[in-house]
Amino acid sequence: MVIKEQVERHTISVQVDNEPGVLARVIGLFSGRGYNIDSLTVSEVDTTSRQSRISIVTIGTPLVIEQIKAQLHRMVPVHHVRDLTTSGSHIERELALVKVVNSGEKRIEALRIADTFRARTIDSTLSSFVFEITGNSSKVEAFIDLMASLGEMEVSRTGVSAISRGATADMPISHGAEE
Amino acid sequence: MTAKADTAEQNDETRAMTGAEAILKVLEEEGVEVIFGYPGGAVLPIYDALFKNNSIRHILVRHEQAAVHAAEGYARSTGKTGVVLVTSGPGATNAVTGLTDALMDSIPVICLTGQVPTHLIGNDAFQEADTTGITRPCTKHNYLVKTVEALVPTVREAFHVAAKGRPGPVVIDLPKDIQLAETVFPDRVAGVTERRYQPKVEPERALIRQAAEMLASAKQPVIYGGGGIINSGPAASDALRELVALTGFPTTLTLMGLGALPATDKHFLGMLGMHGTYEANLTMYHCDVMLNLGARFDDRVTGRTSDFSPNSKRIHVDIDPSSINKNITVDLPIIADAGRAITMLVEELKSMGFKPDKTALDKWWGAIDNWKKVNCLSFDQTGEVIKPQHAIHRLWEMTRDQKVYVTTEVGQHQMWAAQYFGFDEPNRWMTSGGLGTMGYGLPAAMGVQVGNPDGLVIDIAGEASFMMNMQEMSTLAQYGLPVKMFIINNEWMGMVRQWQELIHGGRYSESYSASLPDFIKLAESFGMKGLRANTVDDLDGVIEAMLAEDGPVVADIRVAKEENCFPMIPSGAAHNEMLLGPNDKAAKPVSEEGMVLV
Ligand SMILES: Cc1cc2nc3c(=O)[nH]c(=O)nc-3n(C[C@H](O)[C@H](O)[C@H](O)COP(=O)(O)OP(=O)(O)OC[C@H]3O[C@@H](n4cnc5c(N)ncnc54)[C@H](O)[C@@H]3O)c2cc1C
Ligand SMILES: Cc1ncc(C[n+]2csc(CCOP(=O)(O)OP(=O)(O)O)c2C)c(N)n1
Repeated sequence: MVIKEQVERHTISVQVDNEPGVLARVIGLFSGRGYNIDSLTVSEVDTTSRQSRISIVTIGTPLVIEQIKAQLHRMVPVHHVRDLTTSGSHIERELALVKVVNSGEKRIEALRIADTFRARTIDSTLSSFVFEITGNSSKVEAFIDLMASLGEMEVSRTGVSAISRGATADMPISHGAEE
Repeated sequence: MTAKADTAEQNDETRAMTGAEAILKVLEEEGVEVIFGYPGGAVLPIYDALFKNNSIRHILVRHEQAAVHAAEGYARSTGKTGVVLVTSGPGATNAVTGLTDALMDSIPVICLTGQVPTHLIGNDAFQEADTTGITRPCTKHNYLVKTVEALVPTVREAFHVAAKGRPGPVVIDLPKDIQLAETVFPDRVAGVTERRYQPKVEPERALIRQAAEMLASAKQPVIYGGGGIINSGPAASDALRELVALTGFPTTLTLMGLGALPATDKHFLGMLGMHGTYEANLTMYHCDVMLNLGARFDDRVTGRTSDFSPNSKRIHVDIDPSSINKNITVDLPIIADAGRAITMLVEELKSMGFKPDKTALDKWWGAIDNWKKVNCLSFDQTGEVIKPQHAIHRLWEMTRDQKVYVTTEVGQHQMWAAQYFGFDEPNRWMTSGGLGTMGYGLPAAMGVQVGNPDGLVIDIAGEASFMMNMQEMSTLAQYGLPVKMFIINNEWMGMVRQWQELIHGGRYSESYSASLPDFIKLAESFGMKGLRANTVDDLDGVIEAMLAEDGPVVADIRVAKEENCFPMIPSGAAHNEMLLGPNDKAAKPVSEEGMVLV
C-alpha cells in the first residue's frame, strides 16, 4: 500500500553567485528532477560580491521539499538556502501590471475596484488602463479575477519575492562593505 | 623545498606565459601525472604546450568516451582525480556518456574541453557546441572560462570540487583565445579555492553516540555498506573491518562497495539487491537495525520500496545530504565522511564498553546460516559447455595470489563477476553501476593499468559490450598496456535476452549478437595475443596462457548461451520474493507495476 503524502506549498530563498548559467542550473534541477516551480524570481541583490537572490515557490510532499533544498544546497554557486515556509513567519509580495481594455460603465467599475485594492493607475487611454498592484499572490489573483470580467485583459506578474520577518538578517549581503 | 629553490620558482612564476602553459602548470601543481585525451582544433594550444612539457604524460585514446572511462578507472583504482582533455563540439559531446557515468558513480574527474574563441561563442561557429549547457546536468559542476585571469583559480576550484564531498566530474570549457592569451601565473591564496564549496565531513559526536546506542540494542542488526566507503579512501575500509570484527554483525555490500570488506570475511553475506545473495536480501528484509554506510538505497538494491526492510530502524551515514530520505526514509541521518563516521563509531562503541547481545546475535546468525544453506550461488558445471559462472570463478581462483584489478562491461557477466569474483581490498573493482554503461570496462581497464603499471588488470566483458569501445585495443597496443580482456561470449546480449525470456514471453527481439568478429584474429590484427576456450577442458589452460602473456590478451571464452543470472529479484518485487533459479519463475509472474520499471 502506498500512502499518498500531502503536498505542501513552500517558499524558498536561495542566495547564489551571480555568474553565467546559475539560473539555468537552478531551473535545470527542477525540470530535470520533475519538481514543480510555481513562481521564480531572481535579481542581483549584492553588487559588491555579485550575489543574486532567487525566490522560488514550489509544491511537493515534505520529502520532495527536503530533496529540493538538499539538491539546491549542494550546488557550488549556492551560498544559502532558506525555507521561509518552515523557518518562522515571513512576508511574500508580488507585483502585477494589469491592462484592461474597455469602455463605459466597465471603466468606472475597474477604477473602483482598483481603488479598493489600492492598485495604482500608471497608464491610461480613453479605452484602457494599466494598473500596478502589489500584494501577496492571493490578493493579486483576486484582483485579476475581478478585472477579467471587465474587458479584454493583459497581465504581467513578477512572481513572488519573499523575506523573513524580524530583526535577524538570515541571508545578509555585503552591499557597500569593503571587499 | 629550500628557500633558494623557492625564489627561483617565484621568478619563474612571475614570467608571462600563455593560458595553455598556465593550464599545464596548474595541473602539475595539482599533482596530475597523466591526461587521457584526444586532440582537435580548439585544444591545439594545450597540445602544443604538452609537446614541450616533460612531467605530464598524455594517453591518446581512440574515442573521447573512452578517455573519460579511462580517467574513471584511473581515479577509482588510485584514489586520485582523473583528467581528460578533449576538443570542442564532437569531442565534448562524445565525452558526455563518460561524464554521466562518473556523476552516477561519484568518481572524481576533471574534463577540459576546448571551445571556440569567446567572440565566436553563440555564432554556430565550426565545432561549436554549448558544452556547459549540455554538460550541466551530467557534471557535479562546470565552468566556462571567460578571462585568462580566471583560468588558474577556476582549475584549482574545479579540482577541489571534483574530489571533495561526494566526488564527481567537473567540466572546464576553455575558449581557444583564452588558451593563447598571455597571463602571469597567480599564486595560491590561502582559503580562496575552498571558499565556495565546503562539504561537511566531520560527524556530530551526539549522533554517533545515538547510532552506537541503536546498534547496541539491536537484536537483528545488519551493516549495509556502499561506494561511499570506497570514495572515502582505504582507511574507511580498514575501519569497517574493525567495526565488523568488534560487533560481529552481518555485513552486506552494494555492487559499488565490493572490496570494502574482504569477500573472505566470515561476516560478509555477499552483495545485496536485484542479483544479490539470498542471505543478504533476507537479512535486510528481517533486520531490526540497519547501518547504511555510504550507500544510496538505489532501486536495484531496495526492490519494491514499500516492502523494503519493513521492520528496521535505519541509520544512514552519507556525505551528501541529498542522499538522505531520497528513496527510503531513515531514523538517524548522519552527514559525514564514511571513514570518519566509522572510526568514531568504533571509538564510541569501545568507550561505552560495547558487548554484542550474544544470545540475540547467535540466534540471528542461526537464521542467516539457514538462508545460506539455500546455496543461492550454486551452479551446475556438468558437460563440456563452459558455464559463465564457472569461468569467472576459475579466473578468481587462478589469480588470487596476484594484485588483481577487475573492470567489467554491463550485463550478466558483470553480475556474475560481482557474485563469483571475491574482492579482498577496496579500489580493485571498477564497474559502471549507476548508469550501467556498456563499453565502460575496456577503457576503464586501460586507465587502471596506467595508474597501476604493476597490477594485473582484467576486463571481464560481454561480447556485445566489448564491441562498444573495442577501438581502444589500439590504445592498449600503442602504450603496451597489458590488459587482459576476458570475454564471456554467449553470443547474446545476455541480460536483455534474460529479461525477454522472463518478462516478454521469450520474444527475443534484436538481442542476438550477430556477425561477431573472430576475436583471435581481431586481437592479432592489433598485434596482440588472442585465445579461445571452447570447452570446459580448455578453460584453465586459456586462463594460464592469458596470465603468462606479458602484453594485452583477448580471451574469447565461449560459454553456455542461454544461462540466466540468478538470484534475481524481479523489478517491482520485494527482497523476500527472489527468484532463485530457472524453476522459480513460473510461480511468480512479474507484476504490472514491475513491467514499467527498468
Ligand atoms: C545490470 C546491473 C545490475 C545491478 N544490480 C545490482 C545489484 O544487484 N545490487 C547492487 O547493489 N547494485 C546493483 N547495481 C548497481 C546499482 O545500479 C547502483 O549503482 C548501486 O547499487 C549503487 O551503489 P551504492 O548504493 O553503494 O552507491 P554509490 O553509487 O556508490 O554512491 C555512493 C553513496 O555514498 C555517498 N558518499 C560518497 N562519498 C562518500 C564519503 N566519503 N563518505 C560517505 N558517503 C559518501 C554518496 O553521496 C552516495 O550516496 C546494478 C547495476 C547494473 C548495471
Ligand atoms: C550503452 C548501453 N546500451 C544499452 C544497454 C542495455 N543493456 C544492458 S545489458 C545489455 C546486454 C549486454 O550484453 P553483453 O555485453 O554481451 O553481456 P551479457 O549480458 O551477455 O553478459 C544491454 C544491451 C546498456 N546497458 N548500455
